[in-house]
Amino acid sequence: MRRTEQTRRLVSKAAGIAVLLGGGLLAGSLCFGASQNPSQVPSIFDPHSTPAESIYQLSHFVLLITGLIFAVVFTLLTYVVVKYRKRPCDADREPTQVYGSTQIELAWTVIPILIVVVLFLATARVIHSIQDAQKPASALEVVAIGHQFWWEFRYPRLGIITANELHVLVSDPAQPTPTFLTLLSADTDHSFWVPQLAGKTDLIPNRVNHMWMDPYQTGVFLGQCAQYCGTQHAKMLLRVYVESSGEFDAWVHAQQQPAVRDEDVSAGRRVFETTSCINCHAIGGSVADGRFGPDLTHLMSRHTIASGAAENTKANLRLWVQTPDAIKPGSLMPAMQLSNPDLDALVDYLVTLR
Amino acid sequence: MSSDAMAIPSAGTAARPWVEVVHEWVTTVDHKRLGILYIVYALAFLVVGGIEATIIRIQLIRPHNDFVSPQVFNRMFTMHGTTMIFFVAMPVLFGFANYLVPLMIGARDMAFPRLNAFSFWLTAFGGILLYFSFLGGSGLYGAGNAPDVGWWAYAPLAAKAFSPGHSSDYWTIALLVSGFGSVGTAINLIATILCMRCPGMTLNRMPLLAWLNLVMSGMVLIVITPLTAAQIMLLVDRYLGGHFFDTQAGGSATIWMHFFWIFGHPEVYVLIIPCFAFMSEIIPVFSRKPIFGYPVMVGATVCIAFVSLSVWAHHMFTIGMNSYANSFFTITTMVVGVPTGIKIFNWLGTMWGGRIQFKTPMLFSIGFLFQFLIAGLTGIMLASAPFDWQLSLSYFVVAHFHYVIVGGILFALFAAFYYWYPKITGRMLSETLGKFHFWLFLIGFHVTFDVMHIPGLLGMPRRIYTYEPRPGWETLNLIVTIGAFIQGIAILIFVTNLVLSYFKGAKAGNDPWDAWTLEWSVSSPPPPYNFASIPVVASRRPLWDLKHPEDPDSRYE
Repeated sequence: MRRTEQTRRLVSKAAGIAVLLGGGLLAGSLCFGASQNPSQVPSIFDPHSTPAESIYQLSHFVLLITGLIFAVVFTLLTYVVVKYRKRPCDADREPTQVYGSTQIELAWTVIPILIVVVLFLATARVIHSIQDAQKPASALEVVAIGHQFWWEFRYPRLGIITANELHVLVSDPAQPTPTFLTLLSADTDHSFWVPQLAGKTDLIPNRVNHMWMDPYQTGVFLGQCAQYCGTQHAKMLLRVYVESSGEFDAWVHAQQQPAVRDEDVSAGRRVFETTSCINCHAIGGSVADGRFGPDLTHLMSRHTIASGAAENTKANLRLWVQTPDAIKPGSLMPAMQLSNPDLDALVDYLVTLR
Repeated sequence: MSSDAMAIPSAGTAARPWVEVVHEWVTTVDHKRLGILYIVYALAFLVVGGIEATIIRIQLIRPHNDFVSPQVFNRMFTMHGTTMIFFVAMPVLFGFANYLVPLMIGARDMAFPRLNAFSFWLTAFGGILLYFSFLGGSGLYGAGNAPDVGWWAYAPLAAKAFSPGHSSDYWTIALLVSGFGSVGTAINLIATILCMRCPGMTLNRMPLLAWLNLVMSGMVLIVITPLTAAQIMLLVDRYLGGHFFDTQAGGSATIWMHFFWIFGHPEVYVLIIPCFAFMSEIIPVFSRKPIFGYPVMVGATVCIAFVSLSVWAHHMFTIGMNSYANSFFTITTMVVGVPTGIKIFNWLGTMWGGRIQFKTPMLFSIGFLFQFLIAGLTGIMLASAPFDWQLSLSYFVVAHFHYVIVGGILFALFAAFYYWYPKITGRMLSETLGKFHFWLFLIGFHVTFDVMHIPGLLGMPRRIYTYEPRPGWETLNLIVTIGAFIQGIAILIFVTNLVLSYFKGAKAGNDPWDAWTLEWSVSSPPPPYNFASIPVVASRRPLWDLKHPEDPDSRYE
């Protein structure tokens, strides 16, 4: 009786573990399956750029090795637990007392060392290929500056300053046009992470970091700040628009223009230029040259506001200026406390900044 | 072998005024009472840290949830991490070490009983200071109460400019104070283990629990120092106009990271080595065999201790170190896997050919082996620097270290509770409740932490109070939260078991597990000063020798 009960327990335990593992894998694969649309799930197993791709290849190798180790040790553990469980017929006899074995110890020391050497060599190769890659002359250079809680992107050679939505060129393997990022921080630590394009690299104040990517598929890639940076770390989202050279050139051309000056909305411009908006925000060709917040020269060319926290619509802009906490509590954008007519005029002005 | 039967005058169980009882506990210098104080203190904080975890999980149950504000959420994960590491894991392990080491090496108390009491009260005040921040943290600034800088308090987030008020100061001083307590206990354990062993107990015959706590104490002495130094530098920055980590005045954010992680990574081993110690005592007893490869187990532990002091920057693969530094920390981190693997194999070797009894302590031990294996393997993935550039700072790494801390350390601790509770209280914990506790906790653990790896692979960073409704993220976070509640119920069963068994549990007797180390030779609970006459041992398993005079271990060692 007792024996069957014990066996049943063991079987149920093994089954439980199998179900858990299988369930995990199933859930995982379902999710990875759902990641066909690159803009939806930023899965690390869906790479679209060389650094992410090399990591993806390496991860296969590491997963294979660790999977094998797991299979071997888990089999041993299960075998030991089932085979050497106490049986009623054992009565009170103690099993043979074994104290150790030098040969066996040696075996399970040397084999892991060999595995470590292999894993290390595979890893070191990828570290070198990513970190020590040469920057080609055709590379696009961007300076990314982390702020609490948004991203500033500067294109020093193109004279463009924008925020939160990074536009880069798609890279043809035959004629690579990778993007090399210089990473800086204006305040605390941040981390630039767009999983499908590259591993993450931190933006650390008083330190200059670098990373690169060469996306070979156009589209929008999502990411976000990965290093805890303060209250609104969660809504420091990041979008990378990978564009063909035609689209990219058009974007560059548009960004290089001064701000649209529409006399129909001069009332709103006056509100902007006579309140504290200009302390933090810049608008090219106007008196506003603050650098604490995002550059608004081409505000309406962006799809989101508040670092991806909300869609860039007129209603959201109005809400954002009036009560930023409704969209992003704890952000450093102050509630502007404008009268309704002023607020309407201001928003009318902002939506002309294409 | 000594006799345990010598009558020791009882302390008079007649009703005494409660003030007297409290006074006795507050002023005690007895290693067993201090051990119990440590353990009870840690259990109280375990509940507090668990409530914080629950708040975190409720907030993340669905996207754009507003159960708590971002400010509160950030305080919760900071307090959860700090509490669980410094005021649950450290004290509970010190508690067991305090209680068990003198008993297992045949000593009457720790080497420095007063230092022992002093260390406990420092640790206790540390925890109270940390939680006092809920009241005092705002200071005159109204700047928010409890610390919200994460348990690493990275610079410059903890600098005055980004963390006004006093919340970070409470964090700093709580860790400073409890750090002194840890150093005191470590010195005490080292002195006790080196100088207080009973006649015949050479280092080579010491129970592995004593050996591993010796190694752990040595590590505490080395790694608490940089943490303390960093905390003092942070205080200098905040109050005396220093610029160590003040990046706006030329200070370095990365120096803080180095200081913190040269403490922080070995700290993981400070926590796990005593758990290895529990495993090395419990697995042999329930397999009915001596530990396989005793000298190798000691060697592997010492090896882990040394190598783990050279791996810290694997927490910093994303900060832009050059390729040589990244390669160096990749290899050292992977190398730690070798002695750790050796330990797992030796435990399997111990079970091999045994007659394994599936009592609750053994169930938790097998759970430990299974989960620690997986935690080690995900650790190998994280050690591979490029893979880490994807996994680090994501929910994958959160799942990984909870696999170590919950799946490893906490499972080992539960095993230790079920194993030594009879010795400490004189009563057995209920096996029925214990089995319920084990299976429910096992299920809850795997539902939570197996699943938690996946959002990390899908790009979800850690420490975010809310997230966008992305396919996969929603369902997975919901499942993780459900798992957390299952674990919560299991913990309630455990607490119920602790309380009920204290009053109603079966009498344990001296040696309920038919074990082999000295603590089982005395009554349960052991009398004051443990041994009426100091025992003399001739092997690693003195009680085996006593029970099997025809075939004693001393013949083979």
